[in-house]
Amino acid sequence: MEDRGAALPAEPVDHNALVGPYPFRRLPDPTPERLVAEMARVGIARARVGHVPSIFYRDVAAGNDELLAWLAPHRPRLVPVPAVNPAYPGWERELERARGEGCPAVRTYPAHYGFDPAGAQMRALAARCAELDLELVLTVRLEDGRQRHRLDTAAELLGADVRATIRAHPAVRVLVTNADRALVEETHFGATPGEAARLHWDVAWLWGPPDDQLAALRRTVGADRFVLGTHFPFRLPEAALARLALAE
Amino acid sequence: MTPAPRPLVDVHAHFLHERCGRSDWADRNLSRLAAGARIGITVHVASILGSWGHTSPVYFPSPADVTAGNEAMRALARAHPGLVRGYVTVNPNYTDHALGEIERGLAAGMVGVKLAASRRASDALLDPVAALAAAHGAPLLQHIWQRRTREVPNQEISDALDLAALAARHPDGRFLLAHIGGGGDWAHSLRALQDVPNVWVDLSGSGVDRGMLELCLECVGAERLVWGTDLTMDTGWAKLRALEAMGLADAALEDIRWKTAARLFRLSL
Repeated sequence: MEDRGAALPAEPVDHNALVGPYPFRRLPDPTPERLVAEMARVGIARARVGHVPSIFYRDVAAGNDELLAWLAPHRPRLVPVPAVNPAYPGWERELERARGEGCPAVRTYPAHYGFDPAGAQMRALAARCAELDLELVLTVRLEDGRQRHRLDTAAELLGADVRATIRAHPAVRVLVTNADRALVEETHFGATPGEAARLHWDVAWLWGPPDDQLAALRRTVGADRFVLGTHFPFRLPEAALARLALAE
Repeated sequence: MTPAPRPLVDVHAHFLHERCGRSDWADRNLSRLAAGARIGITVHVASILGSWGHTSPVYFPSPADVTAGNEAMRALARAHPGLVRGYVTVNPNYTDHALGEIERGLAAGMVGVKLAASRRASDALLDPVAALAAAHGAPLLQHIWQRRTREVPNQEISDALDLAALAARHPDGRFLLAHIGGGGDWAHSLRALQDVPNVWVDLSGSGVDRGMLELCLECVGAERLVWGTDLTMDTGWAKLRALEAMGLADAALEDIRWKTAARLFRLSL
């Protein structure tokens, strides 16, 4: 059963998990084994998993090699979500490889890879994802902007970037992770109903009571637009689950 | 007979009021109380920061707005006896007014003093406020930006080093560093407070970084941690659940949940 839409489905799927170390602060035990243990502890059945080092590697194909190898012993509980850099040679092959590996989605990081998030390379990537029926995962931010390392200067994703991506191909499906309420609202209501129907959001950066952002968005944007996302290994997995419980 | 609920004190709560310019103010207050009941909060220790920006800035509230906010805070405490307790909010730039608010508020049953970001915590202007709070045995909660690397609009931000300087000048005072998860480099704050025995760390804030709770325990220990929510009760609940899963001794967990707060605020629980 697809988990999307339910506040807390019977078999929750984490759509925003990653593994691997991060250059700007220590992430405790960011391994697949620890992810599996944390999932068991908090009651998450499966996870779609990206690779933190691939955000920083020039050649993300090497990062995808690592991700696929790391997750191999844990499939199908952990499903890889490889990274794709459309500004680097061989990106189409990485998409084909993702498809061949049975991956449901791929991730890209325009600010880190140095391409225009609303430009031709993003449009080409979005179109090819649509043709291969791969969801395209975008990340607004990795950390709270107030705590970022002085060398961590990648721009946060804008609503305009998401709108451009969703308009790049009539069949592209996009999941945006770590978006705040304002970005969700400006993008959702800045898209046609058809475009908005191809957009999903995770709940990692939408707050609960007393402002009740998630509960409000479930009413205004639609409960079926939101998926569970923990942002492991950066954040405590309890947070996303707590806000879903409080939004019921 | 239903057993008494296990105490849980939120040391960093806020409420709105009818003069804050938000039509949903009552709904937000109800939401906090409802979520608190769901989480198991038995005492909300809360403040109101003036008019919340409606008629003077949130972090630089005018004396008139400070007084109105404190009166609204006392009204909420009266409406929810035992469940809601209040901090006296002050703007230390108006020294006489601030001292008067503290005397009035504590006499009326408020249990602590709240400093927003109206003046750097290390500034000498805070000395009479800190001294009066200490004389009354009232803890002082200082709004903190975890590591001050620059100035930001609409706040005169302080970090843990600034608060440590104030705490060193008032060794009899008891200070709470606000929302370790409230934005900024939390590791910087925790390293700075490791040897500052009269500053406690409030766990509230939207930040739920993995590794933060472990470093809290390493640097200041369970005995100087107090639980709270601030503006995001979901993240407060998450940190509470994570603490419960960390294998702490029952006594340490009880200290963080309520015992230390009860001692600091002299709550009968």
